[in-house]
Amino acid sequence: MGAQLRVYKRRIKSVTATKKITKAMEMIAASRVVKAQRKVAASTPYATELTRAVTAVATGANDKHPLTTEVENPTRAAVLLLTSDRGLAGAFNSNAIKAAEQLSEKLRADGKEVDTYIVGRRGIAHYNFRERKISGEWTGFTDQPDYADAKAIAAPLIEAIETETAEGGVDELHIVYTEFVSMMTQNAVEARLLPLSLEEVAEEAGTKDEIRPLYDFEPSGQDVLDALLPRYVESRIYNALLQSAASKHAATRRAMKSATDNAGDLITALTRSANAARQAEITQEISEIVGGSAALTDATAGSDK
Amino acid sequence: MAAELHVELVAADRQVWAGEATLVVARTASGDIGVMPGHQPLLGVLESGPVTIRTTSESEGGTIVAAVHGGFVSFADNKLSLLAEVVELADEIDVQRAERALERAKSEADAAAERRADVRLRAVAAG
Repeated sequence: MGAQLRVYKRRIKSVTATKKITKAMEMIAASRVVKAQRKVAASTPYATELTRAVTAVATGANDKHPLTTEVENPTRAAVLLLTSDRGLAGAFNSNAIKAAEQLSEKLRADGKEVDTYIVGRRGIAHYNFRERKISGEWTGFTDQPDYADAKAIAAPLIEAIETETAEGGVDELHIVYTEFVSMMTQNAVEARLLPLSLEEVAEEAGTKDEIRPLYDFEPSGQDVLDALLPRYVESRIYNALLQSAASKHAATRRAMKSATDNAGDLITALTRSANAARQAEITQEISEIVGGSAALTDATAGSDK
Repeated sequence: MAAELHVELVAADRQVWAGEATLVVARTASGDIGVMPGHQPLLGVLESGPVTIRTTSESEGGTIVAAVHGGFVSFADNKLSLLAEVVELADEIDVQRAERALERAKSEADAAAERRADVRLRAVAAG
């Protein structure tokens, strides 16, 4: 076998192996997307009921609460960025990081200091490499987040917002995550979690123009609000974590699908080249044989006479 | 007879139970509260404890007990929602495991774990 042909054969073999791996990863990611979507759906009833309850208290009780009151001159904001622990997901992480950076830029332009909180090794690595300060970080659960994880994230954030700004607290809390729209579309989005805008909450619950019943609060409106709002924030973070996980798996699936397709194209091209190389080798051999035999015939023809 | 209310028992990550009931008893921060159809709209903070639901369907034995760890109760328009981070039906609770957890929590003086295990056991006892 000619040297060139051998090189082609070897590359085809290695690309075929790669294709098998990416195909397997694609299928794993596809099954995980479905699982993650199911988790998003399962968490919806809780989120809906909680949103309805928050709307009811906030409009019925007219109580002021640190989590709903706008500060007049906000000077510091917290940004919670959700990335994934693992890569191989196309532009998933860089899109989220880019969105967080744009948001931080905007907040700084408004004269606010920005504290960054990050979930996921990818985002943490990005910030560490650039030696930027991270106020809080969490890793290890981005593929399958639990409610307990959301609680762990929410606790220091709520504490920060309840602390006076002069003592190191924050006035606003923003969240940047990747919204799962469909299998093919995931968008990095930013949202302000706190202070809570009650009009937005009402709009989200679809109860804006509904006439709300007059609730009896047990033990009191203020106490209910105190207990409700942290839960609401946790539930929002939980939902963002789940969507981010679903988006990550969808992005992985798409990245791996295009890798598999590319490997297939590469194999076709390499096989063509290998065939051409083999054909060229055969042609050369034939012409060598023909040439050799012609030379032999000529030589014997001469000696016969 | 229209005297029944729709109950939804919802945990953070799943809907635990939904159905019609005639009476729901839950423990709020200021004491046990019973909700029957036609109750005035209510929104309350729940204490950890068992919640008893008297259902209208005979197939489930008429009564459902669940261990609810914190959370809220809201009632309006004959619809009652019980929300909590963790909700377990009495049938789902493994008594031996809960007892072991209680022992362990007592020996380690872990108040939160002790309360959780205690709520589970009380829910089983009530169910």
